Amino acid sequence: MSQTSAITAAEVSHLADLARIALTDEEQAALTGDLNAILSSVAAVQEVATDDVPATSHPIALSNVMRPDSVGETLTADEALSGAPASEDGKFLVPQILGED
Amino acid sequence: MKYEDAIKKYDPVLGIEVHVELGTATKMFDAAPNSFGVGANENVTPVSLGLPGALPVVNETAVEYAIKIGLALGCDIAESCRFARKNYFYPDLAKNFQTSQYDEPIAFDGSLEVELEDGELITVEIERAHMEEDAGKNTHVGGSGRIHGAEYSLVDYNRAGVPLVEIVTRPITGTGERAPEVAAAYVRTLRDVFRALGVSEARMEQGNVRADINVSLRESPDAPLGTRTETKNVNSFRSIERAVRYEIARQATVLEAGEQVLQETRHFHEETGETSSGRVKSDSDDYRYFPEPDLVPVEPSRDWVEQLRADLPELPAAKRRRLLEAWGFSELEMRDVINAGLLDVIEQTVAAGAEPAAARKWWTGEIARVAKQEDAEVTTLVTAAHVAELAGLVKAGKLNDKLARKVLAGVIDGKGSPTEVMEAEGLEIVQDDGALEAAVDDAIAANPDVVEKIKGGKMQAIGALMGPIMKATRGQADAGKAREMILAKINS
Repeated sequence: MSQTSAITAAEVSHLADLARIALTDEEQAALTGDLNAILSSVAAVQEVATDDVPATSHPIALSNVMRPDSVGETLTADEALSGAPASEDGKFLVPQILGED
Repeated sequence: MKYEDAIKKYDPVLGIEVHVELGTATKMFDAAPNSFGVGANENVTPVSLGLPGALPVVNETAVEYAIKIGLALGCDIAESCRFARKNYFYPDLAKNFQTSQYDEPIAFDGSLEVELEDGELITVEIERAHMEEDAGKNTHVGGSGRIHGAEYSLVDYNRAGVPLVEIVTRPITGTGERAPEVAAAYVRTLRDVFRALGVSEARMEQGNVRADINVSLRESPDAPLGTRTETKNVNSFRSIERAVRYEIARQATVLEAGEQVLQETRHFHEETGETSSGRVKSDSDDYRYFPEPDLVPVEPSRDWVEQLRADLPELPAAKRRRLLEAWGFSELEMRDVINAGLLDVIEQTVAAGAEPAAARKWWTGEIARVAKQEDAEVTTLVTAAHVAELAGLVKAGKLNDKLARKVLAGVIDGKGSPTEVMEAEGLEIVQDDGALEAAVDDAIAANPDVVEKIKGGKMQAIGALMGPIMKATRGQADAGKAREMILAKINS
């Protein structure tokens, strides 16, 4: 994003929808301000990152970290479910899923 | 609007996304087993469950399989590629994102030659093949079991993290009325490639291979692409054909009414052959991809890629072409052989010494007939070696077709090899001229009227003598030889 881009209240609302977070108008306004402050701070990087600097996704120049295809230790179903708020028949129980099909 | 009318008025364009589950021992990013048939949430690790602090590590064999698929599809293999997070909120993945690849797929720019039922070849261009992980399985409880009306859902993460390769085509144009057939044939061809490569069991019915079918219509091949719909998770070849057919007719109806096709995902219903609206795209497609910070780039060395290329097995289309030439079958014969699933066994039979035409005749003829009658798999009845042996006995003149079928029946009944059955049941054609000569003499002596006819030039009367000769030799006489003998005796 360029230095001039500013995040709008509508974009914050859209992101909140995508993240399934209900925001009050006050929260939305506050977040819009906060996100803009964060973005403008990060935008300072743009001044250094010229076209001849490739986009970097990792701070360390490392590649091809892979593991052999052999089975290792797994959790038991009880262990897997131990942190779940609710479960049934060895499965995680989640509330109604709405708005999708 | 009926399909037949729709296709006259509009030009369909397809786009197909195929997901294949790789047959690795473990998952894409963790060492949990990639297997079926265990209890819910038993094939899981902290990575599968997206627990805080859990770190993924790439499965080397999954990368190898992805490269093999890319190579088999004639793709370029990326010198460097990264994983990306595809963010969405749905409980089938506990992390709230799917680890996938976005702008840097491992393989890109390929093509696949697809053969239709009548032999027409269509080249489907492949845009990309990328690596990603499968999601867990939701079971909706309450209501009708569908998501709407469900009271709650249960999630099993055994499948979460199973390695997938997704293969995306470029728009497939110019298929016209054959679009439904092309879509199914493309996925079938891919399925065969996965199997030939040994990268997946590729069983459609088990969901190892899943197809999302994009369809759009335009007024003419020169017009810009129309708005597409994406019918998700169509899981059989027949369903693919029906879904494409239905979508073409449905979209044409919408357009004819002067309305616009909505860009949306749709669901195919097996029972009715119809699709129904899922969700409208745009909003929910805002996946906010970004490079996965927990995984470093994959940079397959050129040596590795070339090694994998050199080790690629012969692919089904190439094999077909090679054998067609080597065997001298007609296109139709070849297609019958392939459709009957007999290509490999005929190849084995030829390798065991049979002539290709004889091998084809036995497998697609008598053996297939018996298999159908007994409701058995053709290739389970006899071995390629036995069929080659049987064909050899016929070629050597020891059996004629009729006797060979008797021998075959004995072999199928488990009585031994063709030679053993032939000897045990005394079915070998009589080569002993003495026995044949006696039978010929008897027949001539018993039928003076027939002999007169033959002398008078009525050659077809010889047939009347063959009956008693065959009877006397229990069907094992060499008919050609008996005929020669009759003529020699009558005319001497």
